[in-house]
Amino acid sequence: MPAARIIPCLDVADGRVVKGVRFRDHRDVGDIVDHALRYRDEGADELVFYDITASADGRTVDTGWIRQVSAVIDVPFSVAGGIGDVETARRCLSAGADKISVNSPALSRPDLIAELAEAFGRQCVVLGIDSSRGLDGTLTVKQFTGRPEATQLTGRSTLDWAAQATALGAGEIVLNCMDRDGVRGGYDLEQLSSLVGTVDVPVIISGGAGSMANFAAAFRAGASGALAASVFHDQRIAIPALKDFLQSEGIEVRR
Amino acid sequence: MSTLGILDLGYGNTDSIRLAFARLGVEADLVSDVASIEGSERLVLPGVGAAGYAMQQLRDRALVEPLRRRTRPTLGICLGMQLMFEASDEGDTECLALVGGRVRAMASAPGAPVPHMGWSKLEVLSDQLGITDGDYAYFAHGFACDDGPATAAATGYGGKRIPAALRQGPLWGAQFHPERSSTAGAAFLRAFLQS
Repeated sequence: MPAARIIPCLDVADGRVVKGVRFRDHRDVGDIVDHALRYRDEGADELVFYDITASADGRTVDTGWIRQVSAVIDVPFSVAGGIGDVETARRCLSAGADKISVNSPALSRPDLIAELAEAFGRQCVVLGIDSSRGLDGTLTVKQFTGRPEATQLTGRSTLDWAAQATALGAGEIVLNCMDRDGVRGGYDLEQLSSLVGTVDVPVIISGGAGSMANFAAAFRAGASGALAASVFHDQRIAIPALKDFLQSEGIEVRR
Repeated sequence: MSTLGILDLGYGNTDSIRLAFARLGVEADLVSDVASIEGSERLVLPGVGAAGYAMQQLRDRALVEPLRRRTRPTLGICLGMQLMFEASDEGDTECLALVGGRVRAMASAPGAPVPHMGWSKLEVLSDQLGITDGDYAYFAHGFACDDGPATAAATGYGGKRIPAALRQGPLWGAQFHPERSSTAGAAFLRAFLQS
């Protein structure tokens, strides 16, 4: 089996890495290439860059920084945010992104997934799902989560949407459990297990990582990869130490 | 006189591969016509996309026969390696038939979702690849080549053995992405350059 993938996620605005409440008061924390290299050197298995300006402003993704990252990075990376058509995806992939991740535009127009899979192969097409647990325990998809004032409940079931999207050609799913996001209380394992049991593509879990044990639990529950932002950016968890821990727990990691 | 050409069909990860060689200090030319393919001492067939589309591009540019005639080192990466086989399940496509066997759709198994995405450990069967047993390489594919005498490295997925690298005469192949496989990938590309 492939090694458990550790995936730091970086927010990008105007070609810089930023941190803060998404779309509000974001603070420049540095150069994209410096951050990408740092995570690569620490042993990140993959990187996700979320272009927050592109998706917020309806702008097309700036491929300049994608080229810069591609020039220095020898691990895979995907680009998310602002990709709503085949042409934009083509520009991102040509600039060096290994995968493109789509979310809200695919909810508005599910055929986008099929078009991307046909053009580039499903191994390039990642579907991001922002999932929220209702009071009755049902899992539903939220759309336009980038901006709190624009966020909508779609009424779609998370598992149904995942099944539909994989049938259309999504090759991987990033399940972002909204209720856990930024809380560092651990991934939503129940939700993860339900999704892993529903689809036969790899599932990356996102939202809630706070401790090394959280990562181990996610991999035991069937995650192919675990995505996190703040614990890595704030250096609460160092990737080499995390990999040592996972290995000691009997989970295969890339060394 | 160019020594390293990367076949550019106008799409895919051509530039990532060019940059991976640049990190090794080797400048590659992007090539797309018969003369420059024949003039390349070493040639890389990149591959992202679907087999049918890629073969159509090769036919439209009259590159099928020049590729079949090549006697100098040629490296197929991911889809590029799959195109070297006789045919692919992907769109039921006739391929270059440089290597015996077929490319088949992978079936998912419990704990082994398809596509096969991520870093898998290599079993290395040749000492010419620059990589060693136990190295990890990055894979992203939903179709796999038949195992056969050309298999030079393998990996396991869903209880099956999958060819990860190929050697046959001047032909090299990588089902994994050497341009995204860290130091092992760089070592593999370096070995190809020295072949």
